[in-house]
Amino acid sequence: MPWQTQDFAAASGPTPQRESPLALGVRNILRKPSSRVALFVLGVIVLVGLLAPLIAPYNPAAQPDIVGLKDLPPSLAHPFGTDPYSRDVLSRVIYGARLSLMIGILATIVSLTLGVAYGAIAGYAGGILDAVMMRVLDAFLSIPRLLLLIGVLVAWPRLSIGALVVFLGLTGWFGLSRIVRGQVLALKHAEFVTAAQALGASRRRILWRHLLPNIVSPIIVAATLGVAHVIVLEAGLSYLGIGVPQPLASWGNIIQDGSDQVATLWWMSLFPGLFMVLTVMTLNILAESLSDAYERRR
Amino acid sequence: MLRYIAQRLAQAAVIVAIVATITFALIHLAPGDPFSAVMDNPNVSETVRQTLRAQYGLDRPLPEQFVRYVGLLAHGELGWSFSHERPVREVLGTALPNTLLLMGVALVGSFVFGILIALFQVSRRGSVTDHVLSGLSLFFFSMPDFWLAILALLTFTYWLPIFPVGGAFDPVMHEYWGLGGRIVDRLYHLALPALTLMLLASAVVARYQRAALLDVLPADYIRTARLKGLTEPEILRRHALRNALLPIITLVGLSFPALLTGAFFVEKIFSWPGMGYAVVLAIGTRDYPLVVGGVIIGSIMVTLGSLLSDVLYALADPRLRSR
Repeated sequence: MPWQTQDFAAASGPTPQRESPLALGVRNILRKPSSRVALFVLGVIVLVGLLAPLIAPYNPAAQPDIVGLKDLPPSLAHPFGTDPYSRDVLSRVIYGARLSLMIGILATIVSLTLGVAYGAIAGYAGGILDAVMMRVLDAFLSIPRLLLLIGVLVAWPRLSIGALVVFLGLTGWFGLSRIVRGQVLALKHAEFVTAAQALGASRRRILWRHLLPNIVSPIIVAATLGVAHVIVLEAGLSYLGIGVPQPLASWGNIIQDGSDQVATLWWMSLFPGLFMVLTVMTLNILAESLSDAYERRR
Repeated sequence: MLRYIAQRLAQAAVIVAIVATITFALIHLAPGDPFSAVMDNPNVSETVRQTLRAQYGLDRPLPEQFVRYVGLLAHGELGWSFSHERPVREVLGTALPNTLLLMGVALVGSFVFGILIALFQVSRRGSVTDHVLSGLSLFFFSMPDFWLAILALLTFTYWLPIFPVGGAFDPVMHEYWGLGGRIVDRLYHLALPALTLMLLASAVVARYQRAALLDVLPADYIRTARLKGLTEPEILRRHALRNALLPIITLVGLSFPALLTGAFFVEKIFSWPGMGYAVVLAIGTRDYPLVVGGVIIGSIMVTLGSLLSDVLYALADPRLRSR
């Protein structure tokens, strides 16, 4: 065939304005009933967290009567019961939403930044640097995240929330950076990159202006899943007593407060757990819907 | 093939070496040292601490300590557990078989169960049953390990007392039973923790396998099979499943970290005397060498898991087998 009948004009001309990944994702979420419900439920939980001081019936840390009001089963005055320190569990669950979501989001921001930077550098640099960086990544990936965090948190006892967020973020970027590296590697020799190079664009400009905007979609999906993951991890660590310090309330350490008497204080594990599952499940549904949208476009 | 395995083994060795370096860095970046943690006790004088530090070589320069540490690790020495007053190697050595038993049963069970669920779903794809099962697997997929374990404990040992509360065997009667009785006793204690872990893992497998099956269904060979007049179950079993099983082998390796993490919580909640239980108790007593030992052994298990799944993949895929 002497001449490929490709659409030459379209290939060389300016790319038509495509819908931004964020807009496309949101549109797909709103299209499906299941993800619409998920978005609504998550919205309610976020709102509860944001408005915690207004909604919570009691002070989450107050111990009004450590003898008379402790270990009360759910009742009208205390819908989720009280804990062994006579604190209101509903108020603690509400404040827990605030803290757990905040930790999830902040830690994910940390890990997104690291993951994108590491992956982009490895993919763009290539060669020996890439090989070394990937082996180090393999090693990090083969330490189970929970174990790594246990090791860190036991070594640094009595950590502040800020430090906890940093550590959760520091241990969460390995998977994403591998995705980013793969994408950068695939796009590195695309024609629009060669064109930019020919026009004399610097490496930094190519990375920022040409490569990263093209990998936003997997990053959005990873961020959504990342928040869910951090929430579960933080809860697990708090449940083991090395996460969020008392008297702050997080879903994990409410369950921890009742873990000595799981059978009698069942309300202390049931209610925070339900909130946690609901949050994580809605985030997973949204992530699935987002990745569907991006895959279909490809 | 052999060359590929050798290559992967060398890679695994490099990974373990880097893991060892990371844990060493972890130990030495932390404030204080193992002795300041155990010896918050004011009755222990500074001279005793100094002697202990000297004994463990903690007063030597860092590079020397690193060489020492790697040398000891290579001999399987993981340090001294303060809370058990035994070498970490021994503590974890006695606990490891229990963890492997729990994880092994859950691994096999979850893949069988998960694949069956996925097959059932795909055979009724688009139906209400399919949607309900998808919802359920998402629900279990989203469930934090420790919460499901707590719920299982609550439901099946307190509200419906079918299973024992914890442990690996009956503390009183076990000694008096014969071999058969002991095996039954063991299985009876294993059932609930293993089922919990299995349920958690099978949600992942079912989701993954369902997607893999749906991926191969539009393929030409499926259409050919359909045109040949094969029934739908036959197509699913003989054509779709066989090809969709390949990606699931990768999942065996990928599932190791999650399975291990799950085992930690399950062991804690059901007092199952495995590695996770030992490490969780060590958190409480701040027995740092035991915690670090657990991190190292856990990482080695994950590395071996991914090695195993890569080799299995190479064996199963005829395109790779010839290499």
